[in-house]
This record gives sequence, structure tokens and C-alpha cells, in this order.
Amino acid sequence: MTPTQEQEIWMYQHMVISRFFEESIEKIYMEGKTPAFNMAKGPIPGEMHLSNGQEPCAVGVCAHLNKDDIVVSTHRPHHVAIAKGVDLMRMTAEIFGKKTGLSGGRGGHMHIFDANVNFSCSGIIGESVGVAAGAALSRKMQGKPGVAVAYLGEGAANQGAFHEALNLASVWKLPVVFVIEDNAWGISVSKQASTAVKHNSDRAAAYSMPGIHISDNDPIQIFEKAGEAINRARNGEGPTLIEIETSRLAGHFMGDAEAYRPAGEKEHLVEIDPIPAFKRRLQKLYQWTEQRDESLRKQARETVEAAIKYARDSDYPAPEEALEKVFV
Amino acid sequence: MTQVKAKERKLTIARAMAESIAMEMREDETVFLMGEDIGELGGVFGNTRGLYKEFGPDRVKDTPISETAFIGAAVGAASDGMKPVVELMFVDFFGVCFDAIYNMMAKNTYFSGGEVNVPMVLMTSTGGGYSDGGQHSQCLHATFAHLPGMKVVAPSNAYDAKGMMTAAIRDPNPVIFMFHKALQGMGWLGTEKEAIVDVPEQTFEVPLGVAAVTREGTDVTIVGITSGVHHGLKAARELEQEGVSAEVLDLRSLVPLDREAVLKSVKKTGRLIVVDEDYHSYGMTAEIIATVAEAGIPMKAPPQRVAYPDIPIPFTPPMEQWALPSVEKIIQAFEKMKEAEV
Ligand SMILES: Cc1ncc(C[n+]2csc(CCOP(=O)(O)OP(=O)(O)O)c2C)c(N)n1
Ligand SMILES: [Mg+2]
Repeated sequence: MTPTQEQEIWMYQHMVISRFFEESIEKIYMEGKTPAFNMAKGPIPGEMHLSNGQEPCAVGVCAHLNKDDIVVSTHRPHHVAIAKGVDLMRMTAEIFGKKTGLSGGRGGHMHIFDANVNFSCSGIIGESVGVAAGAALSRKMQGKPGVAVAYLGEGAANQGAFHEALNLASVWKLPVVFVIEDNAWGISVSKQASTAVKHNSDRAAAYSMPGIHISDNDPIQIFEKAGEAINRARNGEGPTLIEIETSRLAGHFMGDAEAYRPAGEKEHLVEIDPIPAFKRRLQKLYQWTEQRDESLRKQARETVEAAIKYARDSDYPAPEEALEKVFV
Repeated sequence: MTQVKAKERKLTIARAMAESIAMEMREDETVFLMGEDIGELGGVFGNTRGLYKEFGPDRVKDTPISETAFIGAAVGAASDGMKPVVELMFVDFFGVCFDAIYNMMAKNTYFSGGEVNVPMVLMTSTGGGYSDGGQHSQCLHATFAHLPGMKVVAPSNAYDAKGMMTAAIRDPNPVIFMFHKALQGMGWLGTEKEAIVDVPEQTFEVPLGVAAVTREGTDVTIVGITSGVHHGLKAARELEQEGVSAEVLDLRSLVPLDREAVLKSVKKTGRLIVVDEDYHSYGMTAEIIATVAEAGIPMKAPPQRVAYPDIPIPFTPPMEQWALPSVEKIIQAFEKMKEAEV
């Protein structure tokens, strides 16, 4: 299953938007946080987990999804949300804690919910899997089309919830795909130090489902393998586990000193940055000119800037609104 | 006219915890640590800093993100002669591992008729105020304190943190040791300066289950724990400006609960405000007020509570700051009591 030129450009475009987005958030996050770094300060307070480098995992999978399909993401959700078509204006406003945000400021960056495109996420490690399995179960019970995708980090594959959900999904043959973004780190603890298997995809064998390992952070390979898995799910053939070796270009969260990284690792990750690599591919295959590239980037920048302006210009909610929406 | 000052050594709660653990590890080979990012990183909240370097990976174990496994493992190790100190990074994460905590850790001693001891410490961070959202900002004091079989303590300053950690490690029972992020002395979380106090270098214990009168007063008793104590102290200073003498009681421990200390203070003042960053209903505030009610102490005004509204913790600063307990809310509670009296 190879992507068409149009699909490739869509993937590239969304990777670029996502990167611009994260780079903008990174800058704005630091406003009010210098010289003394205090998480509570600035227009974007709280924790901030950036997804720079992990964009291929988002676009390669979401290229196969439509609005009705379900995605449950993690504490590092921006790239996936953008690829799934979450309203960028309202997502940005949510990250800024504004009234116009997706949740009116109640959720924040780790709790992005956009019901219009069936996107959600959570800050508790490993908990995306059960929710995705349940959404898949619902589709199956209702006889409605659609698949669910659960994203998780490689660290989350050591949570009990992961194993329970895979078993359940397999026993019930649910239309769900589990996507592990293996960025080699769970905060400061390496995958190697915490995980008994080399590849989490091997764990699929324990639950009688295909386990796919993708060793490059390559959107094309991800597109191909995810496409097969999503087709399997759509055809009622049950779940698939995919593990992608990807790159976390930033710290675990903003403010992370990253002293635990071996010397040279970051430089290496920058060298294999998937975005320039994708551009080179487009140049080779599709006469992708600098001019086209610049115009795509310009558009991406404008999209992100519009979202940020919207977020900045929006009002904060009234404090008492905190009491609303506990129940409906 | 220079005066020789007694040598002061101010520590943050983070450093005081690490120091206590290190001293116990030096004295007792069976004490060891498990948790996420507690090794080389020294803990996300700094309370294991330096321990990996001194004791190495055999005794300071970074775990997989598998709380059920490593907290369950602590129960097993504790029952077999070890004294594990484990960290649940945020108390909010209890959801993934609560069975190991409350069905095993808290009950094995009783189920075994006292034959099996579970001498372990589970340390965990609490509290919000810095916009970390509703899965990273809770206190959950009452969630833990409600369940019999485990001690639950939560110091508000570095002196108590060191002494209570030492007592917790030496205790033959399981102890939940809560530390509030804003009191931890990590600059990036904002720092309550009054939590940073003089701490003796030598080892000492602060007994678990004994409250402390942090400030003496005669007109109203303000009972708090962790952040609530600091709000209470600041409110007491403001009330003093208005000629009101407030007593501040730091519970320090929820289980065992020093009910006597509460009753003694309230008998004197006849007025009670309980401050808790945990949720309003079914919580510590209710427990303290019930204790006073049951004792039949004559009150000059109905007791008041200042706690977190019964809502998930919102992310956005205007909502979160509005919902948190504050000095202002304590003063308002006092004014409400005064109005009720006339
Ligand atoms: C149940 C639970 N335990 C611990 C944490 C704290 N925590 C937040 S992110 C993280 C690391 C997650 O690693 P991974 O799953 O690989 O995702 P990544 O951060 O690398 O994207 C940890 C331990 C949490 N949020 N939830
Ligand atoms: Mg990871």
C-alpha cells in the first residue's frame, strides 16, 4: 500500500504544520518563565510535552483515518491531534487556557478533546489503550464502520493496562490498532533499561495479533504498515500492534535538562530529522521545487500563526465557570 | 559586639527527604528505593537527589512505568525483611496501582493476624496551583486516609519532612508519605519559602500521629495540612492586624490523627476553620469538624471549612486559582463566623 503523491504531500504538509506549531509553542511557553523558570508563569503554564521528531507516527497513521474514526492519544498529543484534524484554533486556545478552547480551559495540553473528529487523550501513562478498545467495541456492537487507534509511548507498554487491552481486543477481535511511538525514553529512563524485550511488537505474539516493527522514523513505511493494519481492522480481522522507532527531539517536557542523554544523541537525532528527509524524497520523486516548498511552509506558518493569534486574543473564562460541566 | 549564632542549615523539603533516606540507607542495609526517574535524575521532585550516586543501582532502582508491579514488589519485599521506600510520582497515578496499595500493603498485616509486617514507605507528590491539569494536581488526602491499615503523613516543612521520613522508614507499618509540590523547594514549581527551615544534621525522628501547634492563639483555631498550614499562617498574620489571635495547628499526620490536639485547641478558642487542598466533601475537613462535634465542645460559632470545590481540577489559571484554598478564603470564613455570632 503505497501513498499517492497527493497523500505524500498531505503527510509532509501536516508534519511541517506540526513542527511549526511545536516550535511556536516552545517559544511562547518560555514567555514569563525567564530568568527564573517557574511552570506556573506565562501564557502557557503547566507541563509541556513537545512532539518534535515524532510527526511521522502521526501522519503515517492518520492519513488512513477519516473524521469518524477514533484516536486516543497520550500526554504528548499535538502532532497526532493535528494529523487527525482537530480544530487547531480551539486546540491552541485550550493550551492557552482560554474560554474559546476545546474544553473552555478545563483540560489543557494533556487533555485535548475534539468530539467532532473523535479525538481524545490523557496524561495517565498506558490508559489510552482500554479507551480505544472500548470505542472499537462500540462500533462493532452498533454495526457502525470505523476503527479506533490508540497511541502510546514505548514506556507505556510496561503498564498492565496495555497487556489487558491487547488481550481483550484480540479475544473480541476488535477493530483497533495500537501504535507505540518508541522514542527510546520514558522521561530519563531508557527503553533498554526498562523493557524486557528489544521490540515491543514482539509482545503481540502473546495476544495472537500481528506485531509490526518499523525501525525507521519513516512516514512512508508507517503509511504502508498502518494502512494494512487499519484495513485488517476495517475488514473485521481484528487488532494489530505497531511499534515505530521514532525520535524525541526535545526534552521529556519543557524545562528538562536532559543530562541523561548520551553525548552526541541529540546531534544524531537532528541529523536524521524526518522533515528534511521527507523534503529530499519529494524533490527526488515529484520535482518538489524550493518554490513549492516555500509556499507550503508559508501556508503552514500562517495556519499556526492564525491559531496562536486566536488563542492570544481570546478571553479567559470566568473563574466560576470552573463549576460547570462536571455533569451534563 | 559580634554574636556567635548557632549554626543554621536551611534545607528544602526535597533535600530533607533525601538526607533522611540516605542516613537510613547508611545505617540499614535493608532500606532500598524504587520508583520512576528516582535514580540518576534524582526524582522529578528532587527528593532522591544524590542517592543513586552514593548507593548505586542495586539499592536505588529506576523502575519501568509499572506501578502495580513495583508497588506490589515493595509489599513482597517488605514482608520478607526488606524496607522499601517507593515513589509514586504523582498521587494522581494511584489509579493504576491502588490494589497493591490498599488491598495488599494496607491489609496484609491484619489478614496475617499481625504475623506479617509490611514496613514500607510510599512517597508521593500532591497538590496543584501551577496549572498541571486534573490528573497532576490532586491531593487525595482523604482517599488514602479513609482506608484502614496504612499510616498517612504529610509534612509542611523541611524539619518535619526529615524527622517524619526517618520515623516512617523505621516504622514497622506501611506509611504513605505525601509531599506537596509547592512546598518542595523546587524553583520550577514556585517555592513556599516558609517550608525551607533549619534542619539538624544528625538523625532524629518526628513521631507520626502528633500534630504541631505552629502558632499559638486564643480566638480561632486554624487546622491545616501541607499547603493549608502555610495559608493558615499567613491568614493568622493578617488576622493579627485586626486584633484577632489565631492558633494554627499543623496536623502533619492524617493517620494516626491527633484528635486530642484539635480538641485541646478548640476548647481554648471556641472557633474552628479547617483548611485542606483536597476535595471539599467527605474529606479531612469533615473529619476534623466531626471530631469536634462528637466531643460536644461548646463553640462560639459554627465551624467552617476551606477546601477544594467538588470538581476535577481545571487547567486554566483563572479557574484553578479561584478554586484553590487561599488566605482570603480563610479570612472570609472567619468573618462569616463573626457574623453568625452577632
Ligand atoms: C501511570 C503513570 N505513571 C507515571 C506517569 C509519569 N510520566 C509521565 S510521561 C512518562 C514517561 C512516558 O514514557 P513513554 O510512554 O515512553 O512516552 P513519552 O513520554 O516518551 O512520549 C511518565 C513516567 C504518568 N503520567 N502516569
Ligand atoms: Mg518514550
